[in-house]
Amino acid sequence: MASPTLTSTPHPAAEPTPPGASRAKDRGMDRGFRYLSIASGVLILLVLAAVAAFLVVRALPALKAGDAISQDVGWIGAGQSLWTVIGPLVFGTVLAAIAALAMAVPVAIGIALFISHYAPRRLANGLGYLVDLLAAIPSVVYGLWGVMVLAPVLQPVWDFLVRWLGWIPLFAGDSNGNASNPPRVLLTAALVLAVMILPIITAVSREVFLQTPRLHEEAALALGATRWELVRMAVLPFARSGIVSAAMLGLGRALGETMAVLMVLSPGMLYSFKLLVASQQQTIAANIAAKFADANAMGVSALIATGLALFVITLVVNMAARAIVARRKDFSGAN
Amino acid sequence: MKRTHATMTAAALAGLVALSLAACGSDNATGGSSAASSSGSAAPALSGTLNGGGSSAQDKAQQAWIAGFQTTNPDATINYTKSDSGAGRKGLLDGSLAFAGTDAALDPTKEIATSGTACQGGKAIDLPVYISPIAIAFNVPGVTELNLSADTVAKIFSGAVTTWNDPAITADNPKATLSGPITVVYRSDDSGTTKNFTDYLKKAAPSVWNYDVTNTFPVTKDTFQGQNGTSAVVQGIQAGTGTIGYADASAVGSLGKVSVKVGSAFVAPTAAAAAAAVDASKRDTDGRADNDVAIKIDRTTTAAGAYPAILVSYLGVCDTYATAAQADLVKGYASYVVSSAGQDQAAKAAGSAPISDTLRKDVLSAIATIKAKG
Repeated sequence: MASPTLTSTPHPAAEPTPPGASRAKDRGMDRGFRYLSIASGVLILLVLAAVAAFLVVRALPALKAGDAISQDVGWIGAGQSLWTVIGPLVFGTVLAAIAALAMAVPVAIGIALFISHYAPRRLANGLGYLVDLLAAIPSVVYGLWGVMVLAPVLQPVWDFLVRWLGWIPLFAGDSNGNASNPPRVLLTAALVLAVMILPIITAVSREVFLQTPRLHEEAALALGATRWELVRMAVLPFARSGIVSAAMLGLGRALGETMAVLMVLSPGMLYSFKLLVASQQQTIAANIAAKFADANAMGVSALIATGLALFVITLVVNMAARAIVARRKDFSGAN
Repeated sequence: MKRTHATMTAAALAGLVALSLAACGSDNATGGSSAASSSGSAAPALSGTLNGGGSSAQDKAQQAWIAGFQTTNPDATINYTKSDSGAGRKGLLDGSLAFAGTDAALDPTKEIATSGTACQGGKAIDLPVYISPIAIAFNVPGVTELNLSADTVAKIFSGAVTTWNDPAITADNPKATLSGPITVVYRSDDSGTTKNFTDYLKKAAPSVWNYDVTNTFPVTKDTFQGQNGTSAVVQGIQAGTGTIGYADASAVGSLGKVSVKVGSAFVAPTAAAAAAAVDASKRDTDGRADNDVAIKIDRTTTAAGAYPAILVSYLGVCDTYATAAQADLVKGYASYVVSSAGQDQAAKAAGSAPISDTLRKDVLSAIATIKAKG
């Protein structure tokens, strides 16, 4: 999906037309290039429409089946309809993505600020490169790392959270008063997701921070601002819409991430806020991956219906991001 | 899509095998086929194509059988598409599949009675070909052996017993030091393993286990963890402390396995014990023909050395096919599958328990009744 515009780039000044002989040929090239770019633009719309149409058409049998669907699809309980399954899945997907975002955004902003305003130039370049490298690791590797390395390390941390912060519903333990062991819980999955979405949020925020007008920064310094006050007065207000769109890009990835969640999270179908108890929530993408291999025709249709729900969520998230960015633009220093 | 891919792969494989045989040059073609000569198919190499499909539990074994069978019969092409047992049986009955892999025997009134059209006026029959013991594996530090009665297993998996030092457990294990909460790890996806395990609990511990026999594990408790697929279950048991779960015995690895109480002794989930449980079970003859070998697994058996938590998977075939070539191919393939060579292949590839000689005799005589129309 296209990323929201981060900053207004000035239109390149119109090129003076080249003189004389090659003019006719240039016009041909000009037209050709115009058609090419129009075709590319149309293609992206066609692809989007094709995906939407595919989702709707293939989901229809499951959507129309009503309660009868439980006879064909093993993982939908007797007498339940598709909606009793989609609801918890949507809930789990959004909960995991928001938990990941809550952990990733502060860290990403910190890294981006360090790179753009604190670190010496050489270190900044190296660090930026390293963060970008994180994005190149395949998600299945993140999943394996999460379940085999990260999870055992997290067990005592989650136990600690349940023991001392268990009164907060998010950190409540199971009926024995413990964090689940092994910790195949939503917070573990969200932490892996947070690491995965860190690079994109960092990269976009960094670019935005670097574009803070030099004059704003110098003005702040001239007023006697410290480095922190400079960041607070000049950089952050200017970059606010950029940070929002960076976060939304990260959210988009977290919503659709499949392998890492599939491998780390122990799935459940509940509307549960318990982040440290296993088999409470499941995400749409991981559920599709888990169930598709053994699904019959109606099962596939039901899975595609959940995919349609994910498609709608992603669309809504992106539109919300656009709206926020558009509204904030007026107040930021960009204009 | 999947199907064509499998077909192409199989075709490519067959081609490769043919090529490699041709490359052997002067060796005569029958000399190369020593592997399966122990089966009933001493006849010249078979040719043709068979499409089968169904149970995903059988998939690994089927792939091993296909590879073995096609080595000796390079002109034959067997395809097995894994989906689920129901789809396999449906395919057999509507004639789109020549054989089905199914974790449950064909239903005599609903399925076999309607098999006439697909089976050229004959009947569909069941051949038990794949036996797998389901191990109850646990990870409790310092404990390597655990003895449990069926009732206690059912109590643990229904959430009635939640700590390791519950009297129900310690009574049978006086020597082990047991403490801490129990985390139950179950299969979160649909699975024949779950179905057979819940069937075992329902029949062997009827007073404790009040849930239906289902492909999806029926109990949800916040001290339970679902895992997707066999290896994730095993990994989950391994990663936690105080965990217990069920999985195909072959996949459990070095984890401790529960010995369940049969009669007055405790039996571990070995291949021999699984085969013994099948032998101790009666044939299901209710409304079935003589050549329909369905097993009524006796979950409450008290036979010595029998392990009743097993999965038995069948090859569903017709007893009548349209052409002699096809009937011969089905016979040849089925005979190879139940031959000791075929069963060893499956044991190696999928960790199943080879069927006993007694059962093999029954199945082979059932295979002998397969014929062409007319």
